Amino acid sequence: MTLKSHPDAFSDGKTPTFEQSAREALADTQMRNNLGKATRTIREKRKVAVEEMPDWEALREAGSALKNRIMRHLDEYLPQLEESVTRAGGQVHWARDAEEANRIVAGIAHSHGAREVVKVKSIATDETKLNEYLEGVGIRAYETDLAELIIQLAGETSSHILVPAIHKNRAEIRELFKDKLGAKDLSDDPPALANVARLYLREKFLSAKVGVSGANFAVAETGTVCVVESEGNGRMCTTVPQVLVTLMGIEKVIPEWRDYEVFMQLLPRSSTAERMNPYTSFWTGVSRESGDGPQEFHLVLLDNGRTDVLADERGRQALNCIRCSACLNSCPVYERTGGHAYNSVYPGPIGAILTPQLVGIGKPGPDSLPYASSLCGACYEVCPVKINIPEVLIHLRGKVTRHKQDESGLKGKLDPESAAMKVMARVFSDRKLYEGAQKAARIGQWPLARNGVIGHLPGRLAGWTRSRDLEPVPDQTFRGWWKTRDGSF
Amino acid sequence: MRVALFITCFNDTLFPETGRATVRLLERLGHEVVFPAEQTCCGQMHFNTGYQREAIPLVRRFVEVFKGYEAIVAPSGSCVGMVRELYPMAADLANDKQLLHDVEVLAPRVFELSEFLVKKLEAADVGAYYPHRVTYHPTCHSLRMVKVGDAPLKLLRAVGGIDLVELGEARECCGFGGTFAVKNADTSTAMLSDKLRHVLDTRAEVCTAGDNSCLMHIGGGLKRGRAGVRTVHLAEILASTE
Repeated sequence: MTLKSHPDAFSDGKTPTFEQSAREALADTQMRNNLGKATRTIREKRKVAVEEMPDWEALREAGSALKNRIMRHLDEYLPQLEESVTRAGGQVHWARDAEEANRIVAGIAHSHGAREVVKVKSIATDETKLNEYLEGVGIRAYETDLAELIIQLAGETSSHILVPAIHKNRAEIRELFKDKLGAKDLSDDPPALANVARLYLREKFLSAKVGVSGANFAVAETGTVCVVESEGNGRMCTTVPQVLVTLMGIEKVIPEWRDYEVFMQLLPRSSTAERMNPYTSFWTGVSRESGDGPQEFHLVLLDNGRTDVLADERGRQALNCIRCSACLNSCPVYERTGGHAYNSVYPGPIGAILTPQLVGIGKPGPDSLPYASSLCGACYEVCPVKINIPEVLIHLRGKVTRHKQDESGLKGKLDPESAAMKVMARVFSDRKLYEGAQKAARIGQWPLARNGVIGHLPGRLAGWTRSRDLEPVPDQTFRGWWKTRDGSF
Repeated sequence: MRVALFITCFNDTLFPETGRATVRLLERLGHEVVFPAEQTCCGQMHFNTGYQREAIPLVRRFVEVFKGYEAIVAPSGSCVGMVRELYPMAADLANDKQLLHDVEVLAPRVFELSEFLVKKLEAADVGAYYPHRVTYHPTCHSLRMVKVGDAPLKLLRAVGGIDLVELGEARECCGFGGTFAVKNADTSTAMLSDKLRHVLDTRAEVCTAGDNSCLMHIGGGLKRGRAGVRTVHLAEILASTE
């Protein structure tokens, strides 16, 4: 079973709220099993990989400080990056939004008469819906990362930023490959499955004229772009085709080459729990002398809401993310609902703070994301660049609430939750009102309590009693007791 | 030591026994407990749900009520976490430099009960006796915001007669999360189911924690399932004697 397909936060249509999608996802027992097993395994492995580092906390501190500095000085680093890339023989394009970015990439492919492009896993291109756009102008995009290929063949969307097919097990993948790639007598042994994909993809690597990638980092000082990956498909896409196009969010720039020292220690351990990932590709423009590698390199710098995020001093730390996915793997909410419930290419805790900021407050679907958390703080604990996700979640809940109260006119004023919260705030601001309310709660609960238990609550509070009993309010408050014991009260 | 009890509105109204136990315990250890009667609510529910404008007067009120005390103790990691970790954000939001200053002066004097006993008073053995099979759930805010570490376990290990059993996947959230339990009731329940499974696996008769909010959640699930396991706040175990 997979979730009903809805428009996501970056589409034009209205997305469902997290509550609605989560309810549907929680009913999928197979998905929950697959996901629980996968996240548990990677959580435990990550812990080992991190604990062997004596200076892990100092590295996190350094990563955080670097990223904060980058966000403060993007206006300097980005022009510097453009200059460096141009000097090295590349071309830089600026894309205000998804539409502009897609048009630039399609234009480049068209200018080379390409009908096919090979792609390295890239969330930025998922965000702009590049594949759909290219399809619309007659260009077929082939995903070459194994998990991306799986979901592309299945006609699904990613449910994890690093392991897009984490919701599927190998038996499901075998059936898919038999069906879509015509593989016969296929076992569900992972190497056998990978081999089928390898044979299918090899042909695409050799025939495609254009490769498309995202970027993990790009160095302003030298113009060097970097992709970190595990399968070698990224190395193929960035070296074999004659033309390479990289679509990169503007926040991915880093000032100097030496900054890699920090990030390359933080990223692999946090994402795949490896000391070092198998393939790290760096390229600086094009190679003029040897004729080796792409002869044309385009770097497309994508804004798509990022400068709006930058304007929010507390919220902007969401841009510090290096896409390791440790927060997804450690999130108890994500582990149970899976990524599709977030209706965004950025699921999990980081998605819950990034998506609503990128698309803007005031849309019911994305506005529900900051509430998709129990604020347990497990994400903050593992984040390699110390993004205080709980703090940003609370901050965004504030923005959503104030938007609801201030900009929805009468509807905002009549909102029952808002009205109840206002009454309670008034009660808590006055001791007499507070003590009166304590008494009223005791008296008011009598229709609800049966045999010393409250089994049903009215209205929205019924969400509690659907699965949990409630103790009635006791006869005496603490302050009531203190008063009887202490005459001076 | 003179200790101001920050009871929290939740305990005051719904779990007064925890407050009484806290008083008994601190007095037994030779401390003077005072109860500033003007206290109401720290504002956590409002703040964390997004009603931050509404929470700011409650933040001011808390600071006003407690600013004269040297040691402020609460039997709740969550409410202490609010004061210590989120009051500065509230003051910032209110754009009030004086409030920020007052909050920064006050915050280090606010303690969660177990950390106050173990870290401030350096008393792990509080002379308690509790002959039951008990498992301990470290609540998220006590663990990750207040950072009580193993203080509650140190206290529990020293309790006479106790049969303390380790909880599986203990650090995982029970799914309460304040208004999250109502707004995302299905996800919250899915998290609770796993927590209950681990609690039942221990075959404990009592599940304890430093926060009655989480215990109300776990206890509500146990009770609904007629599981025969009860929840008891840490303060009540520590206050028990032979």
